[in-house]
Amino acid sequence: MSDLSAFNPPPFDPTAPLTPSGNLRRRQFVSRMVVGGATTAAAAAVAVLGVVTYTVIHHGAGALSVGFLIHDPPQYGGPGGGIASAIVGSAIIVGLGAIIAVPLGVLCALYLVEFAGPRSRPGQVLQLAIDMMQGLPTIVVGLFILGLVVLPEHADSGFAASLTLALIMLPLIARTTQEVLRTVPQGLRDASDALGVDRWRAVLTVILPSAASGILTGTILAIARAAGETAPVLVVDGTFANKTTIDMFGHAVPNLPVLVWELIEQPTSSGLQRAWGAALVLLTLILIANIGARVLLARNRKRMGM
Amino acid sequence: MSIQTTPVQTATDRRRVQFEGSLGDRIMRALCIGGSLIVGLALIDVVYQIVSGARPAISKLGLGFLVHTAWAPNLKHFGALPMLYGTGVVSAMALIIAVPVSLAIAIYLSMFAPKVVRAVVGPLVELLAAIPSVIVGFFGIIVLAPLIQKIEPGLHSALGFTGIFGSGQTTGLSIFTAGLLVTVMVIPIIASLSRDLFLSVPRELKDGAEALGATQWEVIRGVVFPTTFSGVSAAVMLGLGRALGEAIAVASVIGGGETISKSLFQPGNTLAARITIEIQYIENNLQRSALFYLAVILLAMSLTVNLLARAVARRYDVHRAVV
Repeated sequence: MSDLSAFNPPPFDPTAPLTPSGNLRRRQFVSRMVVGGATTAAAAAVAVLGVVTYTVIHHGAGALSVGFLIHDPPQYGGPGGGIASAIVGSAIIVGLGAIIAVPLGVLCALYLVEFAGPRSRPGQVLQLAIDMMQGLPTIVVGLFILGLVVLPEHADSGFAASLTLALIMLPLIARTTQEVLRTVPQGLRDASDALGVDRWRAVLTVILPSAASGILTGTILAIARAAGETAPVLVVDGTFANKTTIDMFGHAVPNLPVLVWELIEQPTSSGLQRAWGAALVLLTLILIANIGARVLLARNRKRMGM
Repeated sequence: MSIQTTPVQTATDRRRVQFEGSLGDRIMRALCIGGSLIVGLALIDVVYQIVSGARPAISKLGLGFLVHTAWAPNLKHFGALPMLYGTGVVSAMALIIAVPVSLAIAIYLSMFAPKVVRAVVGPLVELLAAIPSVIVGFFGIIVLAPLIQKIEPGLHSALGFTGIFGSGQTTGLSIFTAGLLVTVMVIPIIASLSRDLFLSVPRELKDGAEALGATQWEVIRGVVFPTTFSGVSAAVMLGLGRALGEAIAVASVIGGGETISKSLFQPGNTLAARITIEIQYIENNLQRSALFYLAVILLAMSLTVNLLARAVARRYDVHRAVV
């Protein structure tokens, strides 16, 4: 039996105020400061996003017009003209990059989730490779392609830019696909096994279809990330180019991030104005892709009951 | 009477038992392995290309490259020290500001925010990471640099005695401005990874602490931080990896200085920024090779940081794609 007689509560005083005092008051004060600080930090992060977006819209809206979107820039520099060539160029560079990266990323994820167990040695090595690739500074990826493709060919090329972006997108796609594949219910695999379906047919007809929208989300996010990459693209595809083209080989292909960068360097006010306009177009495309992908993800989660 | 017990089969055991022979399975397996091999080989080739590009510089400049301060391509003088210093200072400054702020954001999102706010603010913080670095840099030149220019004299007169806040530049383009931009780019990474970690803390632990009379801060300090410490350290490492490699935003605002100065308000340079700008205007082969040498250093740093993140994280899988 414990000795209860040692516990001596202070006499009950019904008139005492119901507010904490002394040590408890200090502890609650500290706690409130932390809550306040945390809320302020979150508000500040959203405010930074708001200020950057507002600045781009504020400065860029003046440059926007239909002509800005559908005309090429003047061929030998100078004021006026639009950014059509950069929009088309960005689309094909990023598109080709995605065509290279998506199959490879999905195959890696399939191997990791469907074929290699969590304790398989090759699986662990591949996982390490993907993680390291995700951690590579993008400028290093740019130099890699510079040494591999651009220097031997003696020419900047849109194709080199696509390869660079593919390497940047690949680990992102592999990672998200892996996560999506893990959320595919084990029951689906068991059911296909029970029906005697070959693994490859189960993957193609059951597992991939049920993971398709998740893979699509990951791909859109990776594309949005790649579309804004500047430094590595500048390195492999940076020389002055401003004609609309869909030929990717042997010459530089204009694209939005590099155009923004080159226009910033122009000291004229019309150059700056067009830089803001191009930045606004780029930011709009990227934010739309991001928000779209997130909405898709949220709807998907709801459907899967997560 | 004897009861025969059969060993419980795990999912992987079962998988291995079935369908080894089917041709389709073997083709699919081969495809997957092929894709994986390409990825692995690509990573090895990245290292190979960078190192072989740097080989002339490594053999000519040796390890002295790391401690020399001069950079004069026309005289073939190359030294990496100012860039190493700049990279270190920018990354350190970014982490010093970003870590407390990101943890505060993560705490808010995982513990204090109402559900609706969480669903809106969480993705907004991640959207901050989606802004292209060229636009962040542009914003830095046009908006942030003039602002910094205005607050420089104030900071100098108040904290100038430390030597860190020297007398201001006239441009506002400085290591300080670059550090602030990198901070903004690192915050969403650390914040969103930490938020996921904080959400994974078992509810019973937090409820238990609260039942014992702990205030919210004491729950965070006593339960949430200790249980997620390894994961959060890994998240910080990943943020550091991003800070080390940031090129274009830093190149926009750091001012391209050649000196090593104690003052944050002086222009400087980082490894990634110097490579990005200078690789476009190559004067001789040794210069290109020296830039590859800088990339070797950057590559070694980022691989180390990422491996450390993996080692530290242990049971957490933090290498999630933050896009």
